[in-house]
Formats: sequence, C-alpha cells, structure tokens
Amino acid sequence: MSLWIWLLIACALAYAWKIVGYFVPAKFLEDPRTSRIAGTMTIGLLASLTVVNAVVSGQGLAADARLGALAAAAIALTLRAPFLVVVIAGAGTAALLRFLGWS
Amino acid sequence: MKLLASPAVKVGLSISIATGLYGISFGALAVTSGLNFWQAMALSLLLFSGGSQFAFIGVVAGGGSGIAAMSAATLLGMRNGIYGMQLNALLRPTGWRKYIGAQLTIDESTATSTGQTDPAEQRRGFWTAGIGVYVLWNLFTAVGALAGSGLGDPKQWGLDGAAVAAFLALLWPRLKGREPIAIAAVCAVATVGAVPFVPPGVPILVAAVVAALVGWFSHGRRDEGLEPDVEPYTHHAGHHQDAAGTHPGAQRREGTEPEAGT
Repeated sequence: MSLWIWLLIACALAYAWKIVGYFVPAKFLEDPRTSRIAGTMTIGLLASLTVVNAVVSGQGLAADARLGALAAAAIALTLRAPFLVVVIAGAGTAALLRFLGWS
Repeated sequence: MKLLASPAVKVGLSISIATGLYGISFGALAVTSGLNFWQAMALSLLLFSGGSQFAFIGVVAGGGSGIAAMSAATLLGMRNGIYGMQLNALLRPTGWRKYIGAQLTIDESTATSTGQTDPAEQRRGFWTAGIGVYVLWNLFTAVGALAGSGLGDPKQWGLDGAAVAAFLALLWPRLKGREPIAIAAVCAVATVGAVPFVPPGVPILVAAVVAALVGWFSHGRRDEGLEPDVEPYTHHAGHHQDAAGTHPGAQRREGTEPEAGT
C-alpha cells in the first residue's frame, strides 16, 4: 500500500516539473546552471542506475550473469542497434549465461 | 492525407512506434520488479517519462524503499521542466493546451518539435510525437505487464539483464564527448562506494548529488546531458546539421528572443 503512495507522489512531482516549465518565467530557468544541473544529473542518475542493476545485490556487490548483459548491451549499442534490440540482447545474454550455469 | 505529407508528422509517427514498442520492456520489468499491473499502468499513464519510470522500478527491484524510488524518479524528471520552458517559448500554447502539452513533454516530443524550423511544423511535431508516444507507450506497457506476470521466474528469462541493458541504452546517447563520460564514471564509482554504507536505493541518490555538484561547479556546455534519448532526424540530415537541429538547447535562444523584445 505504501508503495502506491510514493508512486502517486512520484507521478504528481513528475507533472509538477513538466508544468513548471510552462509557467515559470523563462528568466528564472535561464540561469545556465539550472539546465546544466538538469543535464549532469540525468547522466549521473542513469550511470548509477546502470551500475546498481548490473553489479549491486542488496548491500553488497556481485559479479553474475548481469555483467554479461551489460557487455552485450554495450556491444549492441556500439553497433547502433535500436533500443528494443539492446534490451533483448541484454536479457538473452543473461538468460543464456544462467542456462550455462553462471549464476 | 495532407497531414501525412508533413515531415514533422512523419517523424513523429515513426518515433511513436519505435518508442511505444519498448513500452513492452517497461511493462514486463515493472511487474517482475514487484509492481502489480495497475501500478505499472499508473506510471505510464500518469508519470509518463521513460527514464523516470525505469528509475522507479529499478530502485524497487534492487530492494529500495518507495521514497528512494520516488526521489530517483523525481530527480530524473527535472530535465522535463527545462524542455517545458523551451517548448513554451517555441509553441506558445494557451489555455488547456498548456496543461495537456505539459503531460506530453518528454524527450521524444521535444526532440521532434525542436528539430523543425517552421513554427507550424514544430507544433505538429510536438503533438504527433507526444500523443503518438503516449497512446502506444501505454498500450505496450499493458501488453508487457500482462506478458511479464505470466513468465514465472524473471531471472530465468534474463529480465534483470534487460533492466541493465535498458539503463545503458538510455545513458548511451548522452555520452557524447569526454565530459559526460567522466561524469558517468564518477557517478558510477560513487554509487559502488556508497553501496555498503547506505540502504538500497540510496546510492543512486548519492550519485545524483555528486552529479548536481559537478553541474554546479563546472563550466561545460549548459545543455550537457539534455540530448534526448532519441535522434529522430538522423536519417534526414547530415551529422552537423542534425546535432544542431535535434538539440532542445540549440533552439532555445532563438525561441526566447521574441520574449525579450516585448
């Protein structure tokens, strides 16, 4: 139940960001620092989420089939594969490695 | 028929199909992360921003709390505020269009709109991509969520690997140049370093703080990292023109000039 509450708060705040751009005077957001932080934070969060999903397990680190998925995704992206293909490459590699016995 | 002759509508439709399709992976991952069908749908219907939605379920899947998931999703949504400001200057929506348009303000609609130069085309691009992605993204989220819940053990199908790949794919287009790569590396290290010391989900917020500090103190391009997830115009233009055209930041000055004049 409490997950629902945080989920709905996240939805409300997401809309708040979006609508703020339409109402806040341009001057207010024009400070180059604001857009720079929005940009660096996007990069930082996505990098962090990638790492967490690849090697973190609870409060420790683990090297398992997910590392294979990371490598496969990187190769697919280098080959300019579309998003869905990258995701399938990641899933397929992790599944295959597990099938072969690597956790 | 006449509408289909518009280049912005064509690009908007193709980007809607490409983006909408990967709603399948969001839906499937959401239910295997522990969300139920309606929670997955609520994120797609109400939150409607791919990166933030994946962040929310990514934190939940890692055992993080609801508040950590909400925080990560919210911080990642900040860039939509910047997009909103650019689109407001560009399209000048009025009345209810502002409120509906705000919900449709995402990477894809912003990129499709700002990639056009004619104001009517910019408007068509925004609404085509915005509505198109919204409809298909939600449709395919439902398909993915229904399919995902029937899969049994998600690990057997490598769905945790799919999440890793999804985040890397969202990050990848933003890693143009040395600085964004350095920011990503520093934040990755900060995350790993924080893992043993703080509860699950919080290392992601530590990385967000590090990234914000880098943004505050460094003096790189002001629109670093605001390249949208997608490059709708790669097939239509040369690289240089493309880089300038799809950049939401690139047209910002042009878009806000009339404002300064009045």
